[in-house]
Amino acid sequence: MILNLQNIFKDYYQEKLVVPVLKDVSLSVEEGEYVAIMGPSGSGKTTLMNIIGCLDLPTSGSYELAGQDVLKLKDKELSDLRLSSIGFVFQSFHLMPRETALENVSLPLSYTGAKKAERKVRATKALERVGLGDRVNFRPTQLSGGQKQRVAIARAMVNNPKILLADEPTGALDQKSGEQIMELFSKLNEEGVTIVMITHDAKVAARAKRVVRIIDGEIHEGEGDAIS
Amino acid sequence: MFENVRLSFQGIWSHKMRSFLTMLGIIIGIAAIIAIVSTIRGTNEQIKQNLVGAGENTVEIALYQGEWQYEMSYQGIPAGVPLITEDVLDSIREIDHVENVARYMIRQDYNVVYHLNTGLSGGYVTGVDANYFDTCNYIMKEGRGFTEADFKAFRKVAILDEDSEEALFQGESAVGKTIEIKQEPYIVIGVVTKAKQFEPTINSIEDYYMYAQTSAGSVYVPDSTWPIIYQYDEPQNVVIRVENTDYMTAAGKACADLLNANLSVSDDTIQYKAKDLLEQAQQIQELSASTNMMLIWIAGISLIVGGIGVMNIMLVSVTERTQEIGLKKAIGARKTKILAQFLTEAAVLTCLGGLLGVLAGVVLAYVISYLSGTPVAISVGAAVGAVIFSMVIGIVFGVFPSYKAANLNPIDALRHE
Ligand SMILES: Nc1ncnc2c1ncn2[C@@H]1O[C@H](COP(=O)(O)OP(=O)(O)O)[C@@H](O)[C@H]1O
Ligand SMILES: [Mg+2]
Repeated sequence: MILNLQNIFKDYYQEKLVVPVLKDVSLSVEEGEYVAIMGPSGSGKTTLMNIIGCLDLPTSGSYELAGQDVLKLKDKELSDLRLSSIGFVFQSFHLMPRETALENVSLPLSYTGAKKAERKVRATKALERVGLGDRVNFRPTQLSGGQKQRVAIARAMVNNPKILLADEPTGALDQKSGEQIMELFSKLNEEGVTIVMITHDAKVAARAKRVVRIIDGEIHEGEGDAIS
Repeated sequence: MFENVRLSFQGIWSHKMRSFLTMLGIIIGIAAIIAIVSTIRGTNEQIKQNLVGAGENTVEIALYQGEWQYEMSYQGIPAGVPLITEDVLDSIREIDHVENVARYMIRQDYNVVYHLNTGLSGGYVTGVDANYFDTCNYIMKEGRGFTEADFKAFRKVAILDEDSEEALFQGESAVGKTIEIKQEPYIVIGVVTKAKQFEPTINSIEDYYMYAQTSAGSVYVPDSTWPIIYQYDEPQNVVIRVENTDYMTAAGKACADLLNANLSVSDDTIQYKAKDLLEQAQQIQELSASTNMMLIWIAGISLIVGGIGVMNIMLVSVTERTQEIGLKKAIGARKTKILAQFLTEAAVLTCLGGLLGVLAGVVLAYVISYLSGTPVAISVGAAVGAVIFSMVIGIVFGVFPSYKAANLNPIDALRHE
């Protein structure tokens, strides 16, 4: 088991008012799985992803990632865990606008202390893996939305993370680019990459091997087809 | 580290105008400091040159009472101060780095030297020994110097310097003519001039009082004839010439100590002291340095204001780049990485400002020097110090924005649109 969330609660506080967002969420993911977390807007998907991605801590519950008890880690150790084990893909790409595709993909490698030459080789390989071997020196402004998202995926994959976390990866893309990104995800999963993808789109979720529904902060697995 | 510097330059370059305006406070502060320091050094160099002359390396050792030179003409001859013998002069000559030594008596008297009806007002009468002119770097311009016979036979012969010749003879030749010193007739046998001509640079009325006293004019007589004019022998002064300027202070002190060993005065404030021109120069320098210190403080305030400007822009930059910071933290950058990146950026910014400030300061120093006539003396130490100091300012004022950046919550930062 690569990821094991048990009885996770997450409350937000708004002017002394407690807003419960996640209510007793339990979820475990095996290595090599392709899971879609699906739910309507405001249901707590991003909140859940932030917790899975070690960007946020739950109010209560337990969380184990790659054998480590995440809730016991210090800030520095959380940074290192994200660097080594998690690849993030966001709806709005979050690329450095002034850097080339290659430099963007190299960014996580610079935090691992990899040598310049090694960074270049690995970043180039990652870009080739997402089909952008011919766009290495392009800047984000010179790339289409789909291409930008593929650069972001290359960046997420460059450190060979344990899991790829994607929050609405097709949310900002047109139909066709979205399709291509979904094909890329399927291909990566076939190559053995564990993927957890968040979406509110049933068609997108259908590409995953397993679908978990989240409604109003509660997980509904398996009973899915009734809702959509 | 290198990566951070590259990123910093990229950031600065992509906001050229903003970066320049941010650096302006630092540029102005550093430029002012460099210009002030250069002007101080230039002025000091000039004071030193004026006082010490162009490498004459002579030190006068005279009798003092407390802080003031002992004036025979007003105070009479002090008891317990012996005449300086040849033996004493020989031992002075043995002092390290002393090249030559001479002994002399001097009085500044009013209206005692006349040629016909023309008087020398405020001039000096100096009784000298045979070594005097050589020691003080005088050469004969006209006529001859004193001979042994002049000393032995108590001949009433006199030598003028150019100032007293001009005052008494107004352009006529003086050699062979007779002058009166306290009603004693003396025949002028020669005129001396400085071997090296050195004109002090006079920029102000203070400079004039400082340096102009030496041009009142002197009349030299053989010291053996001194009692003819002033009735008694009297304690003498000594002048030494040393190998180079650096030895003036030490040799002068050693010489004064040697002379003081022979004193048996009841008033122990009466002492021989070296008229150390270097020391005097230093005192004047310290005086001007302390007034300029204030200017440096003012420039320092400009640097602090500049630093606050840098802090302000860094805070704006942190806000603008919230997404970038959030993304970096999300993909695994440690806090310290973010901190280092922003600190480097602040340091590079102010360092660049410091460099531009040094450039502007050098230009400013040349302009000031051109307008005021003082020499330029750019201090490399001050330039290097200024750049380092601006870097420190960047780091100090960059700490708060960088700390803020490093502690951004990546979730909030990523949500920031
Ligand atoms: N920082 C926060 N403070 C307060 N409420 C929040 C915060 N973040 C999210 N929420 C609330 O939590 C709920 C779930 O948000 P989110 O996880 O972003 O939903 P989704 O991604 O499924 O659209 C929403 O009602 C949202 O308003
Ligand atoms: Mg969301």
